[in-house]
Amino acid sequence: MAITYPTIGDRRRRRTRYQNGWALLFLAPWLVGFLAFTAGPMLMSLYLAFTKYDLLTAPKWIGGGNFGRMFGNDPLFLQSLKVTAIYVVVGTPLSLAFALAVAVVLNRGLRGLDFYRSAIYLPSLFGGSVAIAVLWRKVFNGDGLVNQMLALVGIHGPSWISEPHTALGTLIALEVWQFGAPMVIFLAGLRQIPREFYEAAQVDGASRTRQFWSITMPLLSPILFFNLTLQLIRSFQAFAPAFIISDGSGGPADSTLFYSLYLYQEGFVNFDMGYAAAMAWMLVLLAGAVVAVNFIFSRFWVHYGD
Amino acid sequence: MATERLTAIRDGVESHATHRRWVPGRRLLAHTALVVVTLVMLYPLVWMVASSFKPTDEIFSQPGLIPRHLQPSNYAEGWRGVSTAFSIFIENSLFISVLAIVGNVFSCSLAAYAFARLNFIGRRIAYATMLVTLMLPTHVTLVPQYILFNKLGWVNTFYPLFVPHFFAVDAFFVLLMVQFIRSLPRELDEAARLDGCSPWKTYRYIVFPLLRPALVTTVIFTFIWTYNDFFKQLIYLNDVQLFTVPLGLRQFLDSTGDSSWGPMLAMSTLALVPPLVLFVTFQRQIVDGVATSGLKG
Repeated sequence: MAITYPTIGDRRRRRTRYQNGWALLFLAPWLVGFLAFTAGPMLMSLYLAFTKYDLLTAPKWIGGGNFGRMFGNDPLFLQSLKVTAIYVVVGTPLSLAFALAVAVVLNRGLRGLDFYRSAIYLPSLFGGSVAIAVLWRKVFNGDGLVNQMLALVGIHGPSWISEPHTALGTLIALEVWQFGAPMVIFLAGLRQIPREFYEAAQVDGASRTRQFWSITMPLLSPILFFNLTLQLIRSFQAFAPAFIISDGSGGPADSTLFYSLYLYQEGFVNFDMGYAAAMAWMLVLLAGAVVAVNFIFSRFWVHYGD
Repeated sequence: MATERLTAIRDGVESHATHRRWVPGRRLLAHTALVVVTLVMLYPLVWMVASSFKPTDEIFSQPGLIPRHLQPSNYAEGWRGVSTAFSIFIENSLFISVLAIVGNVFSCSLAAYAFARLNFIGRRIAYATMLVTLMLPTHVTLVPQYILFNKLGWVNTFYPLFVPHFFAVDAFFVLLMVQFIRSLPRELDEAARLDGCSPWKTYRYIVFPLLRPALVTTVIFTFIWTYNDFFKQLIYLNDVQLFTVPLGLRQFLDSTGDSSWGPMLAMSTLALVPPLVLFVTFQRQIVDGVATSGLKG
């Protein structure tokens, strides 16, 4: 007679089944949240993007009307796209350049590293808050801090936040002011570079500049890529500072009409929910495209070690 | 993995990596440059604090830091607010933040345990899905979420601002905790299982207590994000009694315009105190959190 032992396969199957139940329990909150607050709403907004909907009457299907409006006859949409593009294209490289430069200096084993790092990081912690936006408004006001400083050297500055050609600049400055966060990430990356590389390079007589371009940059490029992606995603969503500086209008002359600010106006001031949903999806497509392009190009300049 | 990187960073920081011999002149130059950068970075903040003690006309007229006429009444005036006391705004902000924290700590750690330690069908797909949600701009869900909460009658209540956190919607923290749990020795789980611990008990008595560093990071950043958030609070809260700190500041700005800057800057200064206290207390965790995961303030 044969005794039947449970085979390994049986046991594994039983254990897998056993854990399926547990996993479902553990994942229940996430699953509900994902369906109710992410997946469901996304599908819903995809549908709404093709409708006209004002919250009160039922959504009316208008096909691609919302998208046609964006690129056909909505100068404000194109303006918001332009403002956001300038903000991203100017602000992101500037803050990353500052972040990298300061990180490289800090990494050279100076005393007081912790202090400098904390002090420079602090603005990033407060960064997007309304309190800081209020401060910024005051700093760049006609008789604000910047102009008081300029007056000391005899320059009469304009009212930066109420001039259409300087208002966006103040917001870019606010973004660059927060270069501490990418700097901290760069610093962590720099610490991973083995010291021996530099010592060897020094023995070979490589100059500091040469060491930077031949050792630091290639080895740091994955971190740079990471920072770039994070910064891009963040910049596309900037909202509070533009709102506070312009009293929610995107002014002067729509020069600070950020994409998300315009989305807010359309969706939650004019209650054109369909158009806002379409704009949200367009943002996903645009931001996704930029990140994807960045990703494709990364093959040419990002070096992943072996 | 997360902890490995953390310790690597910490070691690096503490050993004060001197991989170059400093020429004294250069060192001085580097320090000078850094001090200048630090001053420029911090000056607006210092100026804000100084100005919050000045009469409004003095803020406009002289850039110096020391007030000629000390005017602490800015704080009293700001605190009284336009129609509602500022204390209400702080209370509301703290209330929402605390609930968001509790929600994140439990829902994210539960999900993370399942992803990191349990075998189940569809784990890869579920995990990949979670990672994708990480990269979605909040805007796509904003409009339909608003409609949903509107249908539920939750507009103009705190619910939309904290309830989602009880359902692990902040995938960032799930990811953070998954990485942390994976770095814990599996033998602990195995031992617990052999002793007859169910996955729940293993989570409750072994993993959750060990998760503490990741939980601290979660608490800190949930607080900062919720406290600083403006967009969601702006669309969901209409009643002044429900206003949070950012909405209160905005209301103050709206009704006084550019006329009473003293009280305005006094309240802005106050608004920054909670995150500042947190930063001073948990500097290391915050900096490590930023360094390892790209969390921002």
